[in-house]
Amino acid sequence: MVVGVRSRGARLRSTAFGYANVIPFVAFALFPFYYMVITSLKKDAELYNLQSVPFLIQSGVITDHYRYLLFRTEFLTWMKNSLIISVVATSVSLVIAILAGYSLARLRYRGVNSFGTAVFITYLVPPTLLFLPLSQVVVWLGLSDSIWSLIVTYPTFLVPFSTWLLMGYFRTIPKEVEECALVDGATRLQTLTRIVLPMAIPGIVCVILFGFTLTWNEFTYALTFVSQTASKTAVVGVTADLIRGDIFYWGSLMAGAILASVPIVIVYVLFLDYYVSGLTAGAVKG
Amino acid sequence: MAVGQRALEAAGFPRPGRLERVREWWEQEHVFGVGLILPALLLIVCLVAYPFGMAIYFSLSDYWVGSPGGFVGLENFRQIFQNEVFHRTVYNSFVFTSIAVVFKTLLGVWLAMLLYRTFKFKRLIRGVVLLPWVIPTALSTLAWWWMFDSLYSVVNWTGIRLGLIEAPGPNWLGMTSYAMTAVIAVNVWRGLPFFAIIVLAGLVSIPREYYEAAEVDGARSWGRFRHVTLPLLKPVLAVVILFSTIFTFADFNIVQVLTRGGPVNTTHLFATLAYQTGLQGGNLGQGAAISLFLFPMLAAVVFFQLRFIRRE
Repeated sequence: MVVGVRSRGARLRSTAFGYANVIPFVAFALFPFYYMVITSLKKDAELYNLQSVPFLIQSGVITDHYRYLLFRTEFLTWMKNSLIISVVATSVSLVIAILAGYSLARLRYRGVNSFGTAVFITYLVPPTLLFLPLSQVVVWLGLSDSIWSLIVTYPTFLVPFSTWLLMGYFRTIPKEVEECALVDGATRLQTLTRIVLPMAIPGIVCVILFGFTLTWNEFTYALTFVSQTASKTAVVGVTADLIRGDIFYWGSLMAGAILASVPIVIVYVLFLDYYVSGLTAGAVKG
Repeated sequence: MAVGQRALEAAGFPRPGRLERVREWWEQEHVFGVGLILPALLLIVCLVAYPFGMAIYFSLSDYWVGSPGGFVGLENFRQIFQNEVFHRTVYNSFVFTSIAVVFKTLLGVWLAMLLYRTFKFKRLIRGVVLLPWVIPTALSTLAWWWMFDSLYSVVNWTGIRLGLIEAPGPNWLGMTSYAMTAVIAVNVWRGLPFFAIIVLAGLVSIPREYYEAAEVDGARSWGRFRHVTLPLLKPVLAVVILFSTIFTFADFNIVQVLTRGGPVNTTHLFATLAYQTGLQGGNLGQGAAISLFLFPMLAAVVFFQLRFIRRE
């Protein structure tokens, strides 16, 4: 076979080539995070000294920026808000999406295709197209300036996305299994909850992960619908409220950016493979 | 079921109660199917379709925050078309989207091909590469903002030490000629993982035999890429590019955090201009009209996607 006869030298060169090319990408991806961490641990005097080397911490590590963040700002309230919003919005969306996804993937009835198209189109609608009218809907519902404005509106992008993702998973389950259950006298709802759902667990995990990530990271609605500090999410709070006029604030700003990313990083590290599979399933099947 | 009812009763089976009949009705495939999709449909109608209708109404009225105005026809659009800032925004949006998507595509395919090779720390490297896509964009953009700082920019510091930039280096976010470059760089940084991971999935699905056959036919690596990889990646690439186009075109986070559309409106996109006009300026009518300009792009992408899916 022609493929196999490459010499050891050629293989070594090929590996070296691979590493040499992938390292710039890794550095590019990681550097901003490294720089955030470095900045958040440096003394102000060093941060704003043009003679110092920005890549290093030369005059000692400090935790002042973190302490300022935790004890003198509303940071913990923002984290709590984000957590509540993410958990509630994701759970509600998950239930709605399981029902819709199953219906679209498995049941045959008039209009199922147009419903599927509607969900798909909604999936592609960017939040920035509708944020102005939605901000008024939120006012009319009496939810402006409360975290409920976000809990109510986040399903608008979570449900279409989750439905689409789950449809793919439901379709991989053999139809015979469900038919057996129905013949054995199970109701349709029982078939869904007891037979189909346990087999779609990977899909459900994906939906929870992406739901949590998308809601935690959301910026447009969170910035637009909530202006009161106590109701802000972590992302908006850090981005909008930590900047204090002309005073140098980069240390605490970067500390905030790191701490507000930590929940996502933890989830990401634990479930990396689900992210990759969900990402490919969600987009490629779309 | 209903047909057999009389026969069943005649045979001595009792007539099913109300609950039983409801259950039977619910068990019908079309009833159950519509029942399950109803919550999702309700959500889409109330919080997507209805606001979309409102956006159209807003754009045709002089609606200000706190004062519902009257119908003014196309007045908002007339004013927008005369507005220099809007012209600049249209130009920015196309420059931003086209350059960013081209870079993401080229680098994404290249990165995917690198990741396809067998590495020692394959999983780790993939995890790291995907990181920018997972972390909240608004927060990582804060780091970029600091990296492009007018005085303490680490980008300039490095560039000057390496002899690539003349001291003191450009004020990235404050100068009209550099701000767009900075915004595009951040967008590429954030969107690249999405491309790479999906293209990688596409690469993995290409049967190895194709490459072996090409190799037997004497194809060099460029030939293999050109005649095997690229044609087979086409469907995946088309989907990713369409996806990325609509979401890059509608981007808000990066510009809002990094430049707020400045300096002198050279980085405004439709979303940030709509935010500035509609919410900060309070002119909801005109803001809605501006954000509606995202719609033609969305419609085009949906159209291509649907045709594309139908073909598969």
